[in-house]
Amino acid sequence: MAAGSSIDALGQFELHPVLGALGESLRFSQSPMMMIVAAIVVLAFLYVGMRPAAVVPGRLQSAAEMCYDFIHNMAVDTIGPEGRAFFPFVFTLFFFILAGNYLGLLPFSFAFTSHIAVTLALALMVFCLSIIVSLKVQGAKFFAHFMPAGAPKALAPLLIPIEILSFLSRPVSLSIRLFANMVAGHVMFDMFAAFTIMLAGLGFFGDIIAVGPVVINIALMALELLVGALQAYVFAILTCIYLREAVAH
Amino acid sequence: MARAVMYDNIRRAGTVLASSALALPLMAMVAPGARAEGMPQLDFGNPYVIGQVVWGAGIFLVLYLLLSRSALPKVEKVLSLRRQTIETDLGIAHKAKTRADEAVADLHEARRKALADAQANVDKVVEEARLAAARQAEEMNARLATEIQDAETRIAQARGQALASVREISTTTAETLIHQLSGIAAPADFVTAKVGSAAAARGL
Repeated sequence: MAAGSSIDALGQFELHPVLGALGESLRFSQSPMMMIVAAIVVLAFLYVGMRPAAVVPGRLQSAAEMCYDFIHNMAVDTIGPEGRAFFPFVFTLFFFILAGNYLGLLPFSFAFTSHIAVTLALALMVFCLSIIVSLKVQGAKFFAHFMPAGAPKALAPLLIPIEILSFLSRPVSLSIRLFANMVAGHVMFDMFAAFTIMLAGLGFFGDIIAVGPVVINIALMALELLVGALQAYVFAILTCIYLREAVAH
Repeated sequence: MARAVMYDNIRRAGTVLASSALALPLMAMVAPGARAEGMPQLDFGNPYVIGQVVWGAGIFLVLYLLLSRSALPKVEKVLSLRRQTIETDLGIAHKAKTRADEAVADLHEARRKALADAQANVDKVVEEARLAAARQAEEMNARLATEIQDAETRIAQARGQALASVREISTTTAETLIHQLSGIAAPADFVTAKVGSAAAARGL
């Protein structure tokens, strides 16, 4: 974090092997470990929450059902009736990202969504899925979307490359949006935490001023809670929008 | 009171935040060497960067399969059970309401019928009473008429008897008056004839 008079805010994103030699040989770092934790948290939330299976639900069951309904409505309202088929995928995506974002806020934890490789992989998965669904549902008509309806044919040489570029930029924007938001939040956490430590070393007045960054970090935590949910929502809703375009005839 | 405390807390928080913001330049001076030595996320030569993608794909796949095959159907099952329960209960409630409506309709019909029966009974009793009263009045009138007729007969008899005695009394009275006034005893036939003519003149 703070080494001497410098701040290493990016060091927190470095990957280290866990589980010793086994982790080293399996390339198993803290990032996949937190992915497993996120998956366990999501599954535990649903399994434990739904264990009473009561007609009149308790608080945890009600929360699990609300989450189910929230994503189900999002998928069906955005994609249409075909959205039911994609609901488990959107649910998995949303809660995997949400759990990753929130787990990353815990001390000594790691936000795997702060790695572009992970967010890009997720975005490419969505991108490829939407292409496969488009080709399956629309066939060759899928390519007609690259020429906007009603546009003069003379503009085709200009419009088609723009549309293709716009289409190809989807996974880039999708992945960078999530990655950048998470990185920015964690860097700010690290910076202000480092400020606190550095100021605390300045003596009496430093100790007093060092309260400032702590307060800012508390506010940042609230902001990151919002950003974590918002980014998961944006990722999921954009996935639904891409899939809606894919299933549209 | 509570609102005042809340505003006070907000004011204090604002003061702390403002002082923190003022401290930012000082912090920048304290940490002049803040640096970023490249982003570890972009170090694609690091095998763990790609390794996490492979692991992530596997974990995501397992999570997807567990959610889609087990966890989410469980939620759906509970939700559909609830929907069915609610629909069944609503159906039972609708049937109960229909039965209650029918019972109310039956009650109203029975009430209406009972009212009609009661009214018919009242009318019948009233009519019977009216007939009985009329019969009693008729009987009483007949009895009274008979009694009146008897009384009239008795009166006529008494009158006849009385009238029959009037000539005798008048004759006796006339003879007595003539004797006392004149000292002469009037002939009985003469007095009787005069009294008889006078009585006949008066319709006696």
